[in-house]
Amino acid sequence: MYQYIFKRLLLMIPTLLGAAVLIFFLLRLIPGDVCEIKLAGAGLYVDQEQIDICRKDLGLDQPMLAQFWTFFSGFLVFDLGKSLWTGREITYEIALRFELSLQVAIMATLTAVLIAIPLGTISAVKQNTAIDYFVRAFSIAGIAIPSFWLGIMIILGLLISTQAWFGVPWMPPIEYVPIWVDPIANLSQLIWPAVATGYRYSAVATRMTRSALLEVLREDYIRTARAKGLMEKLIINRHALKNSMLPVVTVIGIEFAFLMGGLVVTEQVFNLNGLGKLFVESVTNQDFSMTQALVMVVVTVFIFTNFIVDILYAWLDPRIRYA
Amino acid sequence: MVTTSEIAVESAIEELADKQPFMAKLKEFMRKQPLGAAGLLIVLVMIFASIFAPVLTPYDPEANAFEFMLTAPNMSFLLGTDQFGRDILTRIIYGAQTALFVGFTAAFIGATVGLVLGVASAFFGGKFDLIFQRIMDVFMAFPLIILALAVVSIFGTGIQNVIIAITIPFIPRCARVVRSSALAIREIPYIDAARANGFSNARIILRHMVPNVMAPFLIMITAFVGQAILLEASLSYLGLGVQEPVPAWGLMLQGGAEEYVESAPWVAIWPGVAISLAVFGFNLFGDSVRDMLDPKLRSQ
Repeated sequence: MYQYIFKRLLLMIPTLLGAAVLIFFLLRLIPGDVCEIKLAGAGLYVDQEQIDICRKDLGLDQPMLAQFWTFFSGFLVFDLGKSLWTGREITYEIALRFELSLQVAIMATLTAVLIAIPLGTISAVKQNTAIDYFVRAFSIAGIAIPSFWLGIMIILGLLISTQAWFGVPWMPPIEYVPIWVDPIANLSQLIWPAVATGYRYSAVATRMTRSALLEVLREDYIRTARAKGLMEKLIINRHALKNSMLPVVTVIGIEFAFLMGGLVVTEQVFNLNGLGKLFVESVTNQDFSMTQALVMVVVTVFIFTNFIVDILYAWLDPRIRYA
Repeated sequence: MVTTSEIAVESAIEELADKQPFMAKLKEFMRKQPLGAAGLLIVLVMIFASIFAPVLTPYDPEANAFEFMLTAPNMSFLLGTDQFGRDILTRIIYGAQTALFVGFTAAFIGATVGLVLGVASAFFGGKFDLIFQRIMDVFMAFPLIILALAVVSIFGTGIQNVIIAITIPFIPRCARVVRSSALAIREIPYIDAARANGFSNARIILRHMVPNVMAPFLIMITAFVGQAILLEASLSYLGLGVQEPVPAWGLMLQGGAEEYVESAPWVAIWPGVAISLAVFGFNLFGDSVRDMLDPKLRSQ
């Protein structure tokens, strides 16, 4: 087992290096750079000299490989460098927004689990009945509805319903307040983006719960449990559900890593100043150092989540042995 | 020389041959897969709308008509007009063309490239497979939308570039799935037989292995079309996809959805309904295709 963990950790290095190479050189293919956008952004004429000075200041005149080395060696010791746009430390900029995105991600995952497991179970137990079809349609709709549009609809629904009930349309708070400072303001701001993203992510988990449970329900030990006259409720809860949770845990784990990507659009709709918005801004500003740092953070989180899910797998199912 | 694969293919063709009339088959499908039939219906309506768009609507989808700006739905504008006075229903109908074009092209190219790469990776095995899998790992480590965003920022916006941006993340996803099926096929004796006959690698891959991984390939394609439509809408919504004045559903939401959500909610509601319905239809249909093709699920 320890050998396996060690091997997996070693295998992360080429993947991370590959991701770093890919994103670094992809970004360098983009015509124009941050200096041109910064200086010419106001629509004024700028001479080449000023652009050259700006490039020199930011180190953009260095050879590609030297730039890459600065970026990658920095990344290995958690030094992400400075934003080319704001000039502040990237770790500072990320830390500023990390809390918000993490909270939305956790709340969205909770929403997803709360929707997925009960619905998936009902759907499997009542296979091929009207309830099953309804749950399946509901979960497929979760994948089909764009989360940004769902966000807009939630805002619209809130506006209309509060207008009808209280006479004044209610607007969610604009400023982010940490949950320990003012839990009500915090939750009333973040619950809606969490629901919008969570519903979407529940879809895959619901279907996974359903199919895993269906498979387990055909096992011999379920028949034995039925034969000895156990209550159906007990069979489902104790025998079937526990044994079908494995693939569900995997899906939820992997989805959690991908939440970051899903947040890109949702944060835009709800006007939240999180990592997703920072990412879109850095792309539009051609702030290379910020974009590549954010991508590396997402990729690292993703690789580590995958790793932890695999270890968890072995822990949840003692029959699995990694060699 | 008749190989097992050819026998299998022949029997499959015989099965497919018209033993029962088409209507009876359709009824069978509707009875066994009611959700899939509903999905197919939505897809057919979409294809119909995009082909007959000019006949279905009297309006121009791109021309501004400021005298009708933000008109509420009425008898002449069934779903109202947007901030440029363009009929929303017209733009939704024409938007189906954009969505279908992007969806099918991206899904087909992405899945086909993935198919060939995945089978080749399984066929050659060894170092080639190992290195190839690591490269796929790198691509898979990027969330779909982030990779698409990166590609769009390089090539720029516009419909062809959106297709490229959507296709690239699909390739490793299809290659991964196809490879695992192809690994099992590689061990079947008819591949050895083909090798012993002195067939070239390309011939074995394309003629003997690819046809036998068609089931996962078809499943991936149907899943990709819906995803591609959704991705295109997301990119266009972020302002990084299809550009004005081309009618595209995501773009219709980008223009004014948040701004007019209170004063003119129809601008925000209907394009989203169109996106959701289209993706919903493709997913329902894709799901039942999977149920039919996956022997493990068929026996249920």
